[in-house]
Amino acid sequence: MTEQATRLQVNLVGMTKNDYRGAPSTLCQGCGHNSISSQIITACYEMNIVPENIAKFSGIGCSSKSPTYFLNRSFGFNGLHGRMPSLATGALFGDRTIRGLGVSGDGDTASIGMGQFKHVVRRNVPMVYVVENNGVYGLTKGQFSATAEEGLSLKKQGTNPYLPIDIAWEALVGHATFVARSFAGDPKQVKELLKAALAHKGIAVLDIISPCVTFNNQDTAMHSYAWGKEHEVALHDLAYVPPAEEIMVEYEEGQVKEVELHDGSSVILKKLSQDYDPTNRAEAFRVLEEANAKQWLLTGLLYIDPDQPTLIDLSYLPDEPLNRLGEDRLRPTPESIEKINELMF
Amino acid sequence: MSETNLLTMTDATVAKEPVVNDFSITVATVNGSGSQTSNATIMRALFKMGIPVSGKNLFPSNIQGLPTWYTIRVNKDGFLARRDEHEIVVAMNQATFTKDMDDVLPGGVFLYDDSIKIPITRQDIYSYPMPVKLLARESGAPAELRDYIANMVYVGVLAYLLGIDMEKIKAALHFHFRGKQKPIDMNYNVVESAVQWAQANLVKRDPFRVEPMEQKCVDCVMTDGNTAAALGALYGGVQFVSWYPITPSSSLAEAMNEYIPMLRKDPVTGKNTVAVVQAEDELAAAGMITGAGWAGLRAMTATSGPGFTLMAEFIGLAYFAEVPMVIWDVQRVGPSTGLPTRTSQGDLTFAYFMSHGDTEHIILLPGSVNECFEFGWRAFDIAERFQTPVMVLSDLDFGMNQWMTPKFRYPDKPMDRGKVLWEEDLERLGGQWQRYLDVDGDGIPYRTVMGNRHPAAAYFTRGTGHNEAARYSEEPEVWERVMKRLKKKIETARHYLPKPEVTKMAGAEVGFIAFGSTDPAIQEVQHILRQKGIKSDYMQIKAVPFADEVKEFIAMHPRNYVVELNRDGQMHQLLTLAYPEYATRLISLAHLDGLPLSAKWVLDAFFEKENN
Repeated sequence: MTEQATRLQVNLVGMTKNDYRGAPSTLCQGCGHNSISSQIITACYEMNIVPENIAKFSGIGCSSKSPTYFLNRSFGFNGLHGRMPSLATGALFGDRTIRGLGVSGDGDTASIGMGQFKHVVRRNVPMVYVVENNGVYGLTKGQFSATAEEGLSLKKQGTNPYLPIDIAWEALVGHATFVARSFAGDPKQVKELLKAALAHKGIAVLDIISPCVTFNNQDTAMHSYAWGKEHEVALHDLAYVPPAEEIMVEYEEGQVKEVELHDGSSVILKKLSQDYDPTNRAEAFRVLEEANAKQWLLTGLLYIDPDQPTLIDLSYLPDEPLNRLGEDRLRPTPESIEKINELMF
Repeated sequence: MSETNLLTMTDATVAKEPVVNDFSITVATVNGSGSQTSNATIMRALFKMGIPVSGKNLFPSNIQGLPTWYTIRVNKDGFLARRDEHEIVVAMNQATFTKDMDDVLPGGVFLYDDSIKIPITRQDIYSYPMPVKLLARESGAPAELRDYIANMVYVGVLAYLLGIDMEKIKAALHFHFRGKQKPIDMNYNVVESAVQWAQANLVKRDPFRVEPMEQKCVDCVMTDGNTAAALGALYGGVQFVSWYPITPSSSLAEAMNEYIPMLRKDPVTGKNTVAVVQAEDELAAAGMITGAGWAGLRAMTATSGPGFTLMAEFIGLAYFAEVPMVIWDVQRVGPSTGLPTRTSQGDLTFAYFMSHGDTEHIILLPGSVNECFEFGWRAFDIAERFQTPVMVLSDLDFGMNQWMTPKFRYPDKPMDRGKVLWEEDLERLGGQWQRYLDVDGDGIPYRTVMGNRHPAAAYFTRGTGHNEAARYSEEPEVWERVMKRLKKKIETARHYLPKPEVTKMAGAEVGFIAFGSTDPAIQEVQHILRQKGIKSDYMQIKAVPFADEVKEFIAMHPRNYVVELNRDGQMHQLLTLAYPEYATRLISLAHLDGLPLSAKWVLDAFFEKENN
């Protein structure tokens, strides 16, 4: 294929990959976040998502800057530190045909935003919630975050005396309906998990270990490329299969688990060494605890419940976008006011 | 007027001239004992008799067990501000019995629960014992309800002594229990047996009476400001509400839930056209309405002081990112947790300047319960027109007390959704538009909202520096330009906001300036001063920043008394800032004890200033 042909190639909704790009990144060279942005672009392109059907949300921090770097044709709101969940929750009531795509960091989610994170999960808000987790505050130049591992030493900070918060664990405790962990150095897995997350109808929490090349990339540190590559243990090989597409099972029978998502698409999970069932919440806790004890970076789809109603499903609203209802449907009739006055005593 | 009631008691057994429809009743009870039903019943029955009446609940921040007082004022001339003096006191609480007895005006009435064994030491008042426990027991009510219905005994004894119409009492109970016959009967039976007991056992010697009147407040209803605000918002087409429980604003959101099924069913689908989410805190409530307002919904929250403080960061973002939303602050006494169950106008300057950096917010100040309804819908038109937070400052007195108020009026204007571009608008413009560009010269840019599918519709909203095209910018001149345009936008709003209400007397030299729930006290003050030969004008301010009429009013009077319920004279501060040239014409009468304003306090403070 010539370069020209590559550029003009369109997907099923008539979009080129350029239609999914954003402004050039201003993050550091080699930052894990840039790799994730690329996979968001590719996942949306390959899934034939119309960019106008996505709304981007973020808080404050390096990760939260990244929504500028993808999906230029989607509405976006870069809000306040730790408050992305509430902003997205309110906005998504505006048009229920829009899927939210939130990008947060470990400081934004696990420190200042822990309360809102737990509640957005509990309410099953219809959005993908990506945490670009590097264990460090980059934008303020290298302070520990709440996910930094115990004993980590950073320049100017000394040694971290505290145990880390595990975002996947917190999501599970909070009844998230989709919890996955991945590693920015494993772009194929990131992409497939993003696709499954975008196809899921409720909240999809994706905790992606994303090394900070400037402030936290020592080879022995958990949030580094070297450590991640050496310690990554995938639960399964996984692939996202769009709705109504024939599933070409290339794996031996008995080696595959299929989870059907709400829109008719599915995630195909190929067993690796372990026989893992991502619809079993207790099992998810167990493998996370085991990985913690064995110092593994356990990746893959940890838990999924595709059928739980979302916050908006539960709100008894019309199917059409709420923000398109006119005065004739929003303002009560003139006749009703007399009845109201009678009710006042 | 207080002075018309002052009796000099020479012989406690002889009633002087009857005192009709002009006195105050205070009921002293224990919080959580169910006295609210009894007090509301008396209030409503008097209202239905056509007598102007107001009720103020002075309650503790507590669920059960602490002293509570409820004051009812009846006044045939329609002056209904709280009074410090009580002609009639009903003592149901042993813990405050002695103080309550001391509080009765000479010549007044003291009704008390006869199981309280404290000697009556006053000779200058009429005392009547009530066999509360006996009548409650004889009522046949289940034991667990006896304490609640016991309070109906004083309703009956008062009905006998004052001549309250029993049919109106029945109507009030019918309303209170929403037509449920069993509780209506149980309560009414106690009232009736108390009346019978009083007829047989008490000799009325005191002069206080009520008589039915031709309704002074024509076409009025009795309701509270929180209910009015919720209804106003529903008529304003509110689409999204997020809130967190806090006294005294919770009943606003709860009223919303109560009336949605009746008022906001979609005529097309039968589903709701408004969503209510109880947030995890006020940070999240403010965040959700910022998101919803950004996505094109009419979004609001209701809160009070401590919650209002938490909302500051989102209100700053919404100001700068230009997101419409409505925040009701039902004020209580701050700072800090302060007095959660007492009223105040102390959030004014905080609201006006809320957030770090330069901000200036639009504030609406409803001046009556009826106006809580009107500003309930109007606030959305203003917020969407100017793409900015609109704060409506009510207070506990409006929000939680029952007021006589003219019937709610249907909005007289269609909804103003402001400058929103949809797909067809962008098509017409060839996709050429900029989010923060001042096209019309009024400081108000055009916006698109999430969900608009035109390929040129989307923009990236941020709280960081941005240029007219909504792109990130740290350019010094861009920053200055954007901030000056925001200033211009608020200046445009100044001419659009509700105008002050001015009442004039020919030849007045003194002006009173006030806002919100102090209105009844100011009206009474003006009346009393008029009788003393002092003419005054009165301006009730309805919005900040100030309309030009505010300045004109100040300019007309050498002395303008700015009356408000806070320590530092916050309205006085804002007026002085706005009109430094008139600083010497503005005199602050600021008062903060957590109680609704009385005319007496204003008069005392006024004469102290005037005589110095």
